[in-house]
Amino acid sequence: MKKIVCICGNGLGSSFLLEMNVKAVLKDLNRTDIEVEHSDMGSAYKGMANLIICANDLKDNLTRFGNTAGLNNIMSKSEIKTILEDFLNG
Amino acid sequence: MSSVIQFISNLFGSPALLLGLIVLIGLLLQAKPASEVVRGTLKAILGFVILGAGAGVLIGALEHFGTLFQEAFNAQGIVPNNEAIVAKALDSSGEFASATAFIMVIGMACNIILARFSRFKYVFLTGHHTLFMAALISVVTGVAGLTGLLQYVVGGMALGLTMVLFPALGQKYMSKVTGSDDLAIGHFSTTTYWLSGFVGKLVGKNSKSTEEMNFPKGLSFLRDSSVAVSLTMLLMFLVVTIVAGPQFVSETMGIGDNYIIFAFMQSLTFAAGVYIVLQGVRMVISEIVPAFKGWSDKIVPDAKPALDCPVVFPYAPNAVVIGFLVSFVGGIIGMLILAAVGDIVILPGVIPHFFLGATAAVFGNATGGRRGAVIGAFVNGIAISFLPLLLLPVLGNLGLENTTFGDADFVVVGAVIGVIAAWGKWVIAAVVAVLFALPIVEGVLRKA
Repeated sequence: MKKIVCICGNGLGSSFLLEMNVKAVLKDLNRTDIEVEHSDMGSAYKGMANLIICANDLKDNLTRFGNTAGLNNIMSKSEIKTILEDFLNG
Repeated sequence: MSSVIQFISNLFGSPALLLGLIVLIGLLLQAKPASEVVRGTLKAILGFVILGAGAGVLIGALEHFGTLFQEAFNAQGIVPNNEAIVAKALDSSGEFASATAFIMVIGMACNIILARFSRFKYVFLTGHHTLFMAALISVVTGVAGLTGLLQYVVGGMALGLTMVLFPALGQKYMSKVTGSDDLAIGHFSTTTYWLSGFVGKLVGKNSKSTEEMNFPKGLSFLRDSSVAVSLTMLLMFLVVTIVAGPQFVSETMGIGDNYIIFAFMQSLTFAAGVYIVLQGVRMVISEIVPAFKGWSDKIVPDAKPALDCPVVFPYAPNAVVIGFLVSFVGGIIGMLILAAVGDIVILPGVIPHFFLGATAAVFGNATGGRRGAVIGAFVNGIAISFLPLLLLPVLGNLGLENTTFGDADFVVVGAVIGVIAAWGKWVIAAVVAVLFALPIVEGVLRKA
């Protein structure tokens, strides 16, 4: 099962909202077979997920843990959709 | 029979189980599958237990810090840290903890009612701040003498009000930051964000945006809160331990270890405690926030989501770094002033200065470019070093701890409730009820 982890500094607020948005977009895409979680930066490790999603300002800190995608606006479903389609097709 | 009564009173007296019960009812109401119901309920209870365990870890280190600070500088040193004070509040004998659980749930319902009927169409989605504000309100109303159902309802209405009024306060400048009116700020230091936006507008005429300059991004590793807390606590622990001296550590405190090693381990123990508390908070809110969002999407589909502060960071990444540095400098200056004049010193907590300073700078930048960002973040830094002094007297015994709430809105809400509640518990109940009813009546009349 593929896994996506959403990450922010504290792993409490914005990564959690991002997780809910990613889940909503996955549902729209009819992909319920993908696990989505959220976490803080300090708990990230290499290989923790098939895709890490975060806000753009954190992206440089997370690329070393694997395939990472950054967002300008974590509430933008269209931005999330583009990333997820790339991920699912690639 | 007596064992049944004992069972029920223990169930409601134990905040972890109470919260589990609330989550259980919520999941059943949403008609979730059995596996989800079991998982969600257990995780909420587990989260609360973890939170308490983290409190145990960090409080020991914090008490050592307080002792050392007292010896070194002859003053009470306070490290503002929301996780630490909330963990302490929820830990202390359970009297505030059960009230916190009830206030949180009633508060979220009140938020939805206000968003539905008043002009304040905001839904506050930052779950950990809802929990922290519920804990604060539970403590100040409890200290003021409110108990039982009265405390839960008054506290819940007060919480619901904070969940719409603060996003409304920030909205004027928030829409400048994001360039749209769709998102609101849902982070309880809106007072200083508003102040920064306001100051930025005053001073920032013709100042260029922070984003039109090249700025090193090297400090973003401090966004990792475990690293940031470790580093600052290490620095502070080393200073107080060295000034207090090895003799004090070994003889008066009875510590066998070398004093430098002791300082090092205590600072990391504190950071570890914060980390554990964060994990607990994450599990506690993980079922509550989606349920809250689900209900509010149904009942108030046109409401604006009020979101955690890092949401604004991608709009001005340079301002984020500038804001942290400048706010921290403001915090150090504030600390030095307090050390010179008073017997309580608020130390610059790295988490508040990072998240609040950064957000204040983003707001200041939106209204007044780089000049607005720098001065706005500095004002934020000064403000959050002095504001907690207003909060300590209304927290009762918790005001004597070596930690307190770091963000401005907690202080504003705590101090206002504390001052009004000094007139009597029915006065505060009446004031909150009127404040809650007014926007709803106005909203209904406007539509009619």
